[in-house]
Amino acid sequence: MQPDPLTSPDTLSDALAETAYLADDGLATVTWLAHTLQRPLLLEGEPGTGKTALAEAMADLVDVPLIRLQCYEGIEASQALYDWDFPRQILHLRAVEALAQKATAGQRVEELEAELFDERFLQARPVLQALRAAPCVLLVDEIDRADDEFEAFLLEVLSTWSVSIPELGVVAAETPPFVVLTSNRTRELHDALKRRCLYHWIEHPGLERELAIVRARLPEVEETLAREVVTLVQQLRDDETLVKPPGVAETLDWARALTALGQSRLDPEVAATTMGAAVKYREDAERVRVALDRMLTR
Amino acid sequence: MTEPAEPSPSWGIGQTLGGFARACRAAGLPVTADRERTFLRACAATGLGDRRGVYWAGRATLTASPADLAAYDQVFTGWFGGRPMHAVSHDEPPAPTTVQASLEEPAGGEGPGEQEQQVVRAAASAQEVLRHRDVAGLAPADRAALRRQFATLRPRPPTRPARRHTRARRGEVDGRATVRAHLRNLGEPTRIRWRDKAMRRRRVVLLVDVSGSMSSYADALLRLAHTVVQSSPATTEVFTVGTRLTHVTRALRERDPDRALLAAGETVPDWSGGTRLGEAVDVFLRRWGRRGMARGAVVVVLSDGWERQAPEALGEQMRRLRALAHRVIWVNPHRGKAGYAPVQAGIVAALPHVDEFVAGHSLAAFEELLDVIAEA
Repeated sequence: MQPDPLTSPDTLSDALAETAYLADDGLATVTWLAHTLQRPLLLEGEPGTGKTALAEAMADLVDVPLIRLQCYEGIEASQALYDWDFPRQILHLRAVEALAQKATAGQRVEELEAELFDERFLQARPVLQALRAAPCVLLVDEIDRADDEFEAFLLEVLSTWSVSIPELGVVAAETPPFVVLTSNRTRELHDALKRRCLYHWIEHPGLERELAIVRARLPEVEETLAREVVTLVQQLRDDETLVKPPGVAETLDWARALTALGQSRLDPEVAATTMGAAVKYREDAERVRVALDRMLTR
Repeated sequence: MTEPAEPSPSWGIGQTLGGFARACRAAGLPVTADRERTFLRACAATGLGDRRGVYWAGRATLTASPADLAAYDQVFTGWFGGRPMHAVSHDEPPAPTTVQASLEEPAGGEGPGEQEQQVVRAAASAQEVLRHRDVAGLAPADRAALRRQFATLRPRPPTRPARRHTRARRGEVDGRATVRAHLRNLGEPTRIRWRDKAMRRRRVVLLVDVSGSMSSYADALLRLAHTVVQSSPATTEVFTVGTRLTHVTRALRERDPDRALLAAGETVPDWSGGTRLGEAVDVFLRRWGRRGMARGAVVVVLSDGWERQAPEALGEQMRRLRALAHRVIWVNPHRGKAGYAPVQAGIVAALPHVDEFVAGHSLAAFEELLDVIAEA
């Protein structure tokens, strides 16, 4: 029998490590607090620092479904909550009509209406799904892309853990879902939302931690290769002039690509041809080439 | 109420933690009463004797952006003593309210521009005259009058089509709404509903040059920025540019213009310094623009284009900016003056990558600028 992973930050950290997610002290403590206090967790940080992956790891760990709501500009409550399936409703209506030609109006109308706004015509979207499926993990990805109004709507749901559907009544979660919100800071979030959440800023991992992440995620990658790739990526990240510094996801991609090609060392030629896994801008590619040269002449 | 500088040994744990939260507030962190309550609950959860737990509990509940972290660490060490908990450096927090890019090298003002003599005009109403006067040459009394006139500016936000539709009287058939109406009628056809593309506000980003050569315009330009922020607080972002790039949107959200400008002034460290436009735009793009702030936005650069760095770099950055933004508008206070020609190296390098090049020296010019922004 496994010990309950959620008894303390340390046990949580260990349990997350088993799902190959390596959380540092701070992230483990804050995640544990969010779970214990039943507060949403707002994660900010550079792309590729593992914000989304934490939600996945938590769902994996507690063995509950992960429900994801991807935000975008112009997203509306109906995209997050529910909608009615109108075509099916009409079809149903016609069917009933055909069957009950002789039925008189009046009393039938209300029955029919009640049938139309029945559960089976309801299309539950992520937030409603999460309230119903709880316990579960609800990932609200890139909340900074949504508009202010959507944020206000979300805040309401996150404070009450319930939504009201006029035709059906109130849907409330028995256990609040574990909510992870991520933001890339393209816009300042409302303070009201931030107050509701626990806040954590995720830094890029240091060399040893990133190496450990690569080893945990990709056990097939050779130790020397992993170290060389991570060392190089860390150097690139220190380079302030890079247009898009690679995140951990890119490190993993690159190590995976090199291993797929049967490499066990960071061979300069192969590195140059595969670096597209880690750098996505022409200007940056130049810098990587220079960094590769530096590493070689060492 | 005066805040104690440090905890007293006679205090209970609750007092110590409460005092810590208030010390954080005194240090400028966004600590509200409910945040303080959450902090105490979080501490109770982690265990009160656990220094590490208290640190993270506080960090998760009393900070709200990477900019707060350095101050938080400082207060924590000051309050609970010992070495700092968090070894990661916060030299360059990525995106706080008053983040500054490291474009060091303070420099004195440069560039001519403010010596232009104001031509004395007669006739017309005093207000009308004021509208067209160059704000740089105003006497103090006229400046005060002009400030009041800023209230008459009516910025309109530029718009873009939204992904979604809205009910309309013409456009395309709204199947969903029509069916819904039919359902209300027990499936009997009723009148057709229409829908059309909804419009949303486009983001406006203002980069206001506050370097030495712009010093006589900076006040008026920031006031202009203030009115724009006030009209669309959610879709406007303002930065000042000089030797550094400073995010001043939050300060300008304050409704009272004088207090807003004061607050902005406190966040800007490089009033009347040199100009490093190219680097500032580079930093803006790297830290904010590419992440989405400039994408599809109307970006307005308010500067005379006196560039201290190599102009080619500015040109390259403007090219990148334009590739991201919906429209790039360059506002130059000198543009509206007789005999002005865009010959400064900075302007020459930037102009090919600018959609609109407009004047910005008087209230009337500001009105025109707001129209240009609205139509963008």
